[in-house]
Amino acid sequence: MSQDKVVFTKEMAKDYTILIPMMCPIHFELLRGVFVNSRYKVELLTNSGPSVVEEGLKYVHNDTCYPALLVIGQMIDALKSGRYDLHKTALIITQTGGGCRASNYIFLLRKALKKAELDFVPVISLNFSGLESQPGFKITLGMMRRMLAALVYGDLLMDLSNQSKAYEVTAGSSMKQVDSWIQRLLEQFRQNHGYNRRDMKKNMKAIVESFAALPKEKTEKVKVGIVGEIYIKYSSLGNNNLEDFLATQNCEVKVPGIMGFMLYCVYNSIQDDHLYGGNKLKLAGIKLVYWYLLGMENLIRESIRKYSDFDVPGSFENLIEMAAKVIGLGTKMGEGWLLTGEMMELSESGFKNIVCTQPFGCLPNHIVGKGMIRKIRELDPDCNIVAIDYDPSATSVNQENRIKLMLSIAREKLHPLPELQPQGQIEQPTAG
Amino acid sequence: MMKLGIDIGSTTIKYALLDENRNLLASAYERHSCQIAEKLIGLLEKIQTDYHLEEVDLAISGSAGMGLCEQLALPFVQEVYATRIAAGVYLKDPDCIIELGGEDAKILFLSNGIEVRMNGTCAGGTGAFIDQMAQLLNLDAEAMNEAAKKKKKLYTIASRCGVFAKSDIQPLINQGASKEDLAASIYHAVVNQTIGGLAQGRQISGKVVYLGGPLTFNSELRQAFDEVLNLEGLCPQNSLFFVAMGTAIMAEETISLNTVLQKLKHADVKMNYHALKPLFENEKEYADFKERHGRAQVRIRKPEKISGEVILGIDAGSTTLKLVLINLEQEIVYSSYRSNQGNTLELVKQELTELYAKNPAMKIVSSCVTGYGEELIRSAFGADFGIVETVAHFTASRKFMPEVDFIIDIGGQDIKCFKIQNGVIDNLFLNEACSSGCGSFLQTFASALHYDIEEFSKLGLFAKHPVDLGSRCTVFMNSSVKQAQKDGATIEDISAGLSISVVKNALYKVIRTANAKELGKHVITQGGTFYNDAVLRAFEMELGIEVVRPNIAGLMGAYGCALYALENRLEKSTLLDAEGLAHFKNEVRTVQCGLCNNHCQLTVNSFGSGKKFIGGNRCDRPVSKKASSDSMNIYNTKRELLNSYQPHPGVRGKIGLPMALNMYEMLPFWHTFFTELKFEVVTSGKSSMEAFHKAQNSIPSDTVCFPAKMVHAAIESLLDQHIPIIFYPCMTYNMKEKGTDNCFNCPVVAYYPEVIKGNVLRIKECVLINDFVGVHHKNEFPIKMHRILQQYFHDIGLREVIKAAKSAYREYDAYLEKVRMKGQEIITRALLEDKEVIILAGRPYHVDPVINHGIDKLIASYGAYVVSEDVVESDYNRDHLKVLNQWTYHSRLYAAAHYIKDKPKMNLVQLVSFGCGVDAVTTDEVREILEGHGKIYTQLKIDEITNLGAVKIRLRSLLAAIEQGGEEHESR
Repeated sequence: MSQDKVVFTKEMAKDYTILIPMMCPIHFELLRGVFVNSRYKVELLTNSGPSVVEEGLKYVHNDTCYPALLVIGQMIDALKSGRYDLHKTALIITQTGGGCRASNYIFLLRKALKKAELDFVPVISLNFSGLESQPGFKITLGMMRRMLAALVYGDLLMDLSNQSKAYEVTAGSSMKQVDSWIQRLLEQFRQNHGYNRRDMKKNMKAIVESFAALPKEKTEKVKVGIVGEIYIKYSSLGNNNLEDFLATQNCEVKVPGIMGFMLYCVYNSIQDDHLYGGNKLKLAGIKLVYWYLLGMENLIRESIRKYSDFDVPGSFENLIEMAAKVIGLGTKMGEGWLLTGEMMELSESGFKNIVCTQPFGCLPNHIVGKGMIRKIRELDPDCNIVAIDYDPSATSVNQENRIKLMLSIAREKLHPLPELQPQGQIEQPTAG
Repeated sequence: MMKLGIDIGSTTIKYALLDENRNLLASAYERHSCQIAEKLIGLLEKIQTDYHLEEVDLAISGSAGMGLCEQLALPFVQEVYATRIAAGVYLKDPDCIIELGGEDAKILFLSNGIEVRMNGTCAGGTGAFIDQMAQLLNLDAEAMNEAAKKKKKLYTIASRCGVFAKSDIQPLINQGASKEDLAASIYHAVVNQTIGGLAQGRQISGKVVYLGGPLTFNSELRQAFDEVLNLEGLCPQNSLFFVAMGTAIMAEETISLNTVLQKLKHADVKMNYHALKPLFENEKEYADFKERHGRAQVRIRKPEKISGEVILGIDAGSTTLKLVLINLEQEIVYSSYRSNQGNTLELVKQELTELYAKNPAMKIVSSCVTGYGEELIRSAFGADFGIVETVAHFTASRKFMPEVDFIIDIGGQDIKCFKIQNGVIDNLFLNEACSSGCGSFLQTFASALHYDIEEFSKLGLFAKHPVDLGSRCTVFMNSSVKQAQKDGATIEDISAGLSISVVKNALYKVIRTANAKELGKHVITQGGTFYNDAVLRAFEMELGIEVVRPNIAGLMGAYGCALYALENRLEKSTLLDAEGLAHFKNEVRTVQCGLCNNHCQLTVNSFGSGKKFIGGNRCDRPVSKKASSDSMNIYNTKRELLNSYQPHPGVRGKIGLPMALNMYEMLPFWHTFFTELKFEVVTSGKSSMEAFHKAQNSIPSDTVCFPAKMVHAAIESLLDQHIPIIFYPCMTYNMKEKGTDNCFNCPVVAYYPEVIKGNVLRIKECVLINDFVGVHHKNEFPIKMHRILQQYFHDIGLREVIKAAKSAYREYDAYLEKVRMKGQEIITRALLEDKEVIILAGRPYHVDPVINHGIDKLIASYGAYVVSEDVVESDYNRDHLKVLNQWTYHSRLYAAAHYIKDKPKMNLVQLVSFGCGVDAVTTDEVREILEGHGKIYTQLKIDEITNLGAVKIRLRSLLAAIEQGGEEHESR
């Protein structure tokens, strides 16, 4: 019963360790810094391996989406590992509040904890819509700004490292650069620097220049974009190390950033008002946030454009325009029209080969992923999309085979085959 | 340089050797039985000697070839791509290639923009599927093809996945459908699966080429494709070797064969997977285990000649026939356990004839049947009783261990578990059609790896590193096993892993437990699968408790039947005696029932002397010749109400509404709205499977729920009627209802119109209005709706829209009220007449008989009154919910569950469409609410095709448990 839900109190905030499930390593490492800076004790969960899936299968309804299973499995696995004082540990999970199952993750987590007899562990809901009250954990306006800054840095580092990694002369130099920047930024965060616009501009300039300075060799690579359900798209635990696999296949990978998702969430409130009506005062507030986020996104784009010859990521407003060619902008559950838009934009920016990742049976992706591929190809016949389902029992053999098929077509486009001469010798029906 | 392409698929290995001019010099096709390295060595050595080859341009392809290439650093060519290359070289302008392999299905569109497609992970095996089905029919692949030539009619068999199909075919076999018809139907299922899963809106036409093993070997499969596609496809020479030939063409790297052979021979396969704990550490542990389980004994005394009075118990299961004779002291005097080979009737006849002949002094004084074949056997041989399986098993277990509080039975196709409290079946769990990989699942794997099942499972007992295979269905398991082999798991490890996965499947998918304590202290395991020591051991290890396995674990159903027959013995048994048996005849006919719109395919068995058995029916009508009481079935009321919204001529012309998904509830709203605006509102009308099959090629996601797939059929039907405008709006939000956190529709209901717009090619023939509409803001709705309509009809004024909206809301409320009133009437009547009420809870679209498979009528035919979840209201405290209650339809489920918690004669059965992600959340919550109040939770998973046999068992078990519970209650 929800009244026995353990509330995260102010008392607990003093000495509890809050465990954060991992999604995208660069962003989350920076976010961790922001939490620490706000005097929370936090730790990122990096445990992986079969025991995570095992615990997930055990405590979560097996038809639930794979991300829920993994995130909850990862948490329970961590709690059972003996590494934490269970009576001084709390968990944190995001709650989006949309029409997708994902809004229910926190409830599924609590159910799972109860089954595992760990229901004394408090669960913090990370949401921006005030869905749950928790006196010990407050996201202040200042903290929100700092988190946003972390995400902006994260997007920038992710995009630059992806652009540079595929062509670096010294293997590993791009990721080394990323690590060094994470350390430098965390150090700035500790001193409460690096968050304001001026600091950000300065940092971002330096970041871009440092990546531009890395020795690179322009070789021919297959350009592959990754879109999908947010967790599976970013988390290597969820997508069986998809990015690494693509790297071994001689590809340049592009993964659209998290700012797009943030903007998408805010933009949906504006759309909702447009489509269905609502409170005009609230709308004004939301528009303010929207403009603020657009400004942040612009920081990324401008710094890349000004200080390097890296490709500049497309703007959110362009994304809206692209998506609207294919799907209604009211489609807002899960990744909604954003996912469709990202496929269109990737294709437009030369990443015509796309892996569309989703948990097996993901409801929104029936519509916005698999459901839109035909239409996208109708507009852009060169677009080469493969939809891959992820699931506790889907094997990587199957997934990689399908991705390799997509890559074969991609390579053929890179090097068109000499005209295949029909030889005609063989075309006769078999007997029987 | 010669070119060699090797194609290593999931079951076979093929090679093609080409000369410089791409002429095929040599080729071969062999099953590899997973001994890939050995086979490949043999093959390469042969090529080496036959052609005196030192070096060759070599490449490898195929799903099993991929791992090998990685391991040995050899060039790999993706197999579909290889086909595409070979097609370009060897075929003249093909438009489309259909290639079926052991486990993969592929379609290549080669004209008008190349597109290649492969089945996803779910659509499952095709060649392997046909093999499995052939096994089920007790035919080999060749005989099956021959049989299909003599088909008279086709049955609809699920095309979604192999496991589903299996559960469709089994009941048909048990009902006596002919193998010829079944064989042909299986091929058609493969065709539907391929087209439904892979065409995704692209028309298959022009010059179509068939490739791959199944299509090469089975002429009738090609015939089925021809029929369905309405064209004549070509199966070219060397159709088995296109992948290999394409791979050879792509081979560019010159490789010394000796080097490859050396690599293969010295390949050091490292164990590269997560190993589980061994089942037994040593022989001693196993001996102790054997000794412990040897203690659970029922007295068996089998004399040479049986004499005197005996009782017969028969368990006609899905794949096996179990038969027991007991004496009046309840000792077993005869037993038999055998595979039913797809012909239960004949086997029972044989058994009885032999028994009568061998034991002239024996007299069978009572008899009872249970299992899938219950009705058939009972009417054929005149058995005295027929009981539902759950009751049979409980009866046997109770005799055995009076304090039993949990029984788990894993049979050939089913997992059944019951929890017992106060001597009554308190809760039961049955596996859903999807996870039915149980006993027959192990069997299938054993024979795929060329082992006898017993031998195979013994291999696992002392496996050092059992491989973790997860807990999913057979189709997934195939690729998991492949992966495990690639990772260096031995056959022993795989055997142990499979046994463990059977247990995990039962525990985590069927029972959904995480904790052994939930099961009870006195657990009995039974069913043939538990004869398998590896499975039993895995079960105990997974739960951490010791359980009891009776020595007659596989015969418990039959033994329970015999006990039941003994207890309820009639004065004179109605079972056929030796003489009656001698005259026993059986003739099978199939007819289509015309008594209602379901048009069930009936199989009629006539046994001479006017006795008949009718199978395949969904309701009692063809059997009892009278309609079940439709008046006490709210589903019927809803259908009638919805049907009353007929078109009225209007000056603005026709507008079409697809009857699918939420339209089943929104029809009163939109019909009134548009009628008021002077449109003639036409609906797509009744849905049908034919319409579904016709429309299925535009479905982009094969794993979306069946109700969503039916939208395609509804839209096509409107297009067929040449309706100029179709209105099918996107609706993120539904009507706001009280007591909910929000009023979302599920993503599929909300946005399916977008899928229609993007994937139904013919949609261009009409104007599709699929804008986003919000009915939850009553005041804003007319304004926003006016803005939408203005885009299409310039003459519609705001005032008109406001008025129409008012009427629409009023009509919608009136409709819901009518349903509620009728529901309350049914509940009241039931109370007065002392009838059971079943809340058949689902979604508005579950009233479609094509979607619910007539389950509402089935329940009504058992004498219960049927209402739906939306007729009851409940002022429960929503803080008690442990989920976010944000979907309108789903919140009604929780309310209904709360409503019945203190109503003794009301129970809830939840209909869940396969693939409904939201129901992963709701089912657990509804179950918790019900179980918290001592109610039995029953869930029926339904899909395109549903195994009504399993549904019947579940419903009858529920009713039997309720009845028994009622009696116990009264007697206390």
